Amino acid sequence: MKRVPSGKGAGSLSLQANLYNSPRERLIKWVLGLSAVLTIFTTLGIAGVLLGESVAFFQQVSFRQFFLDTEWTPQFADKHFGIWPLLSGTLLVTVIAALVALPLGLCSAIYIAEYAPERVRRILKPGLELLAGVPTVVYGYFALTFVTPLLQRVLPQLQVFNALSAGIVVGIMIIPMVASLSEDAFRAVPRALAEGGYALGATKLEVVTRIQLPAALSGIIASFILALSRAIGETMIVTLAAGATPRLTLDPTGSIQTMTAYIVQVSLGDTPQGTVVYQSLFAVGLVLFLITLGMNLGANAVIRRFKESY
Amino acid sequence: MPVTATESRFDLRLAQRKRFGTFMLCLFFLATVFGLLVLLTLLVDVTVTGLRWLDADFLTSFPSRNPEEAGIKSAIVGSLWMMGLTALFAVPLGVGAAVYLEEYAPRGWFLRVIQVNIANLAGIPSVIYGILGLGLFVRFMALERSLLAGSLTMALLILPVIVIATQEALRAVPSGIRESAYALGATRSQVIWSHLLPIATPGILTGVILALSRALGETAPLIMIGALTFIAFLPESVMDPFTVLPIQIFNWTTRPQAAFQELAAAAIIVLMVFLFLMNLSAILLRNHFDKKRAL
Repeated sequence: MKRVPSGKGAGSLSLQANLYNSPRERLIKWVLGLSAVLTIFTTLGIAGVLLGESVAFFQQVSFRQFFLDTEWTPQFADKHFGIWPLLSGTLLVTVIAALVALPLGLCSAIYIAEYAPERVRRILKPGLELLAGVPTVVYGYFALTFVTPLLQRVLPQLQVFNALSAGIVVGIMIIPMVASLSEDAFRAVPRALAEGGYALGATKLEVVTRIQLPAALSGIIASFILALSRAIGETMIVTLAAGATPRLTLDPTGSIQTMTAYIVQVSLGDTPQGTVVYQSLFAVGLVLFLITLGMNLGANAVIRRFKESY
Repeated sequence: MPVTATESRFDLRLAQRKRFGTFMLCLFFLATVFGLLVLLTLLVDVTVTGLRWLDADFLTSFPSRNPEEAGIKSAIVGSLWMMGLTALFAVPLGVGAAVYLEEYAPRGWFLRVIQVNIANLAGIPSVIYGILGLGLFVRFMALERSLLAGSLTMALLILPVIVIATQEALRAVPSGIRESAYALGATRSQVIWSHLLPIATPGILTGVILALSRALGETAPLIMIGALTFIAFLPESVMDPFTVLPIQIFNWTTRPQAAFQELAAAAIIVLMVFLFLMNLSAILLRNHFDKKRAL
């Protein structure tokens, strides 16, 4: 709050220093404060629920099995709980999504921020926002019933459930996120930098790619990290289109399973509470939570570290 | 010969560079349009597939094992219940939290922690919220697979969106308004209630509508808390089991029969119409208030 001077001795200058602090006012303050603190409780609740059941899980499955085994077969009689097939499935989908979304999103950001005339921008931006508003279950339907048959004409060996079309559609889903956050980064670059470039005789493209792109790089990288974090956590598209076969593979034409798809699969079946399969849901959730949390914090750190460095 | 070598070193090749610039511009433009083309393809594909199933019977029938008789009555009613209850929990909490953070909270580490936390909550995958709902509401509080458990989960999911939107709307209120109100001796809650909130309303409402349209489309958290059941009745209280449109769509999409996939497309049309209307109302609302303020 810029308008309230902080620090000792500044209190008398504070806008609200002379306020009448009746019990009623104090009550309102506390009630409002409680709803703000609730957001902290949400995080604690998530951590508590995930950790609580995960502890029970890791009492039955050692860390060694979890991190060193290469098979994930909780439904079989011979149960294996190696996280790697789920991680590789998630990674595969995320890499394909990144190959689609990062170049397309960045190019869109460049066009909208630097080239588009005002009238075109006013159509394109809401258009891209609509793309972000499509429910993921609809994207999943689209991947399964439209994109996969389309791809099968080019790649006949493509299975009905495959990582490729799921990854492509996840990529399409996160394009608006990359585009809008990167566009903000481009807009934050001071005009003077571009003008300096023009004064030296650079063409528009050279100014954009060699001056503004590097200057906006921290924001662009942050947008990439956030979008990839979204891709890792995406659930319905991969549940519908990527299949339910946990395999340690990098072959995108076959069925795989991601962490999120496994979580949904377990909760679709009526798994009794207290079994190791039920608890595995929380362990996988914990891994997913830690990965996305790390990426979100990382993106914030990138922005804070490089902000206003020019 | 040495003269031409020097000349070529200083050759600006301007025409060539400009041509390359134009080429790249076309590429940038095509990349931007690509997303919109996909959206268009999706809408056309869904409409072509689903339109012939979409009639009054479809809207007013319960789901059925027979595709000819199947409809989305319980899903529509469930979705409306869900949205209403979610708004009931999330809007007061979200707006209250934002008012506290903007108008009351002392600057310092506490505020920073809450802000970072809210930003992080906004980035947590929705399926994790589903796990929270399953562990906290369904099991721990024993609310079972009820509307109440579902809407509480959804409310926590959209809470960060509402808080962030409200904070931005409050920040946009000119500080002169606060100063003049305080100068007249208004208490803090009077300033907030009679000045800040009315002025920030358009921004808050836009944020709320966008958050609710996210809640309308979310599927994974509700699958997690176990809303995926065959529901051929309407919920009568908040403790009843329920289904919503996205879950009905998911359910039909996973069936192998082609007829059910076409039903899914028909349900998608209904869902997208709902979302479109909500987005439209958000835009109209913003325009309406903007015009009023300009006068």
